[in-house]
Amino acid sequence: MTEDSIVEVRGLNHWFGTGDARKQAMFDIDLTLERGSFTVLMGPSGSGKTTLLTLVGCLRAVQEGSVRLLGHELHGAGAAELTSLRQRLGFIFQAHNLHESLTASQNVIMGVQVRPGVPDALAEAAAARALDLVGLSDRMDYLPANLSGGQKQRVAVARALVGNPALVLADEPTAALDKDSAAEVVDLLKRMGATRGTTTLLVTHDNRILDRADRILTLEDGRIVKREGAQGR
Amino acid sequence: MTRLLQRLMGRLPIGWLQLTHKRGRFAAALAGVAFANVLVFVQLGLMNSLAAATLKPYEFFQADIMISASDANALAEGGNVARQWLLQALADPDVVEGMGLFVGNVPWDRGGNSISFTTFGIDPSQPGFVAQGVSDGLHLLEVQDAVILDRLARGLPVEEAAGIRPQTPLRFEAQDRTLSAMGTFVGGGGFGGDGFMLTSDQTFLSLFPSRSSAAPDHILLRLRPGAEVAATVTRLRALISDQSLRIRSYEDAALEDLTYQQTQRPTGVIFGFGVLIGVLVGLVIVYQVLSADVADHLREYATFKAMGYGPRFFLGIVLEEALVLGLFGFVPGVLIGAGILALMGAVTTLPLGMTPDMAVTVFVGTVVFSALSGVIATRRLAAADPADLF
Ligand SMILES: Nc1ncnc2c1ncn2[C@@H]1O[C@H](COP(=O)(O)OP(=O)(O)OP(=O)(O)O)[C@@H](O)[C@H]1O
Ligand SMILES: [Mg+2]
Repeated sequence: MTEDSIVEVRGLNHWFGTGDARKQAMFDIDLTLERGSFTVLMGPSGSGKTTLLTLVGCLRAVQEGSVRLLGHELHGAGAAELTSLRQRLGFIFQAHNLHESLTASQNVIMGVQVRPGVPDALAEAAAARALDLVGLSDRMDYLPANLSGGQKQRVAVARALVGNPALVLADEPTAALDKDSAAEVVDLLKRMGATRGTTTLLVTHDNRILDRADRILTLEDGRIVKREGAQGR
Repeated sequence: MTRLLQRLMGRLPIGWLQLTHKRGRFAAALAGVAFANVLVFVQLGLMNSLAAATLKPYEFFQADIMISASDANALAEGGNVARQWLLQALADPDVVEGMGLFVGNVPWDRGGNSISFTTFGIDPSQPGFVAQGVSDGLHLLEVQDAVILDRLARGLPVEEAAGIRPQTPLRFEAQDRTLSAMGTFVGGGGFGGDGFMLTSDQTFLSLFPSRSSAAPDHILLRLRPGAEVAATVTRLRALISDQSLRIRSYEDAALEDLTYQQTQRPTGVIFGFGVLIGVLVGLVIVYQVLSADVADHLREYATFKAMGYGPRFFLGIVLEEALVLGLFGFVPGVLIGAGILALMGAVTTLPLGMTPDMAVTVFVGTVVFSALSGVIATRRLAAADPADLF
């Protein structure tokens, strides 16, 4: 593993179900994500994009093969190790998944407070900056119910980025957004890569995003069938 | 409030925010907790009052040891004891004095209402057996058909009781005799009778012609100062050949009576069950609210899990909610409970009321049981799988 690779996947296989219903969803995946890179994952529905994301994101146990994330082997790692690794990731889901009872700013603070010992004032300042970054400094104290779909997704982006994650995993984050908001979110992620070295792995069907990617991987039936763009495997 | 909690917990008070976000549900939950509290308070109040009423008559007398029939679970219950055992007990070097105690129920029919007096027949020449405050009027009982009355008896008008003096006795008919109330003492209505009456053993026997001076209901013994009660009890048990008799220290007799009232008599058992049901109602309400709340927020919790929050964080949220419900439900609960007890006390003249002890007990119980419900409710959290979020 080189100094600069954030993720290294080797010979990854994954199955769902048991007994007769057991079905393989990932076949011998090899993949490396360099620090600061912006990788787009494409492929038809059911091809395994989300499965790959959840395996890399410590949300599913690795069954066979190796996934190294930030220098940690995920195969066989314990629950506590996975939980603390997740604190260094940023997740953006297709649905915004904001907490309805928390204001925009409080939702973003949750992304900071996951690490113990962060003073309130620091967390609040970081949340304010992150919301400013996504253009929502005038909506800090709004509850999600009072925000538009695009605004909610931008709060979710701010929440994912506020903790300065090493790796952002995003699953169709722009599906619910109009053209301009989608472009904004992607540009934001790209900028973060350039300025803070944040690595992004993003699943999308959205052609508008493709020309911004460093690299495009295409999955089909659980296999990587095409690698376009920059370096390596 | 949010700020304060944030300061206290070192994180956003998610539980508080979550609960107060749905005001209707929050109010209903608090009402439920308050209701459970009121239920427990009323039953506890009744239990306390049963205890107070049971122990009250024991306070009228002073004794070290009490000898009763085997079936005499309470002062006014069970068979009698032969006086010969009193004489035998006096043979013990530590026993200095003994007195037969007679107990019976004397109804005073006052036309409209009837006052039922739990009546004690004692020997007025043995004032050492009678507690201070009661003993003042003891000499008055030497006169035949003289009694002293409980001035707090239920149904006895205050002004009527206040007028009772040796010079102006209150005469009334009971058990086909004319009794003269020469003085008063402080007792109070209980669960068994409306009040108490003290009379001489002679007057008692004329009120109850079927009773015999040779067989009082209980025998009270006083020991020489410094004598060991437990050791004397043991010696008396060996000395007295009737092994069926209950020979106990006076304190034990009172406490055994109380245990009997609370665990064997229907009233006591019902009050005990009432407390249990109140606790269960509270437990179920808090559990329902918390587990519904967890179920409603599975997506949010799964998101927090994905973000790297661990099990302790979620337990913290649910416990926080449990404490908020317990605390905020307790406040109206204790106020309403105190009001209801005061009202019931006024209506029944039972010694009913909120005591600091009760409030503290119920408060601690509410918090502990709320937390317990919270811990049970977190089992549902396992259903929050962040892998399902994508
Ligand atoms: N929890 C699960 N249990 C059983 N099978 C699953 C589960 N999750 C995914 N699968 C199966 O694994 C395969 C890959 O699914 P995955 O969700 O990764 O596809 P995807 O590329 O993300 O599709 P989409 O574009 O529709 O989101 C599919 O055949 C799917 O049916
Ligand atoms: Mg998917």
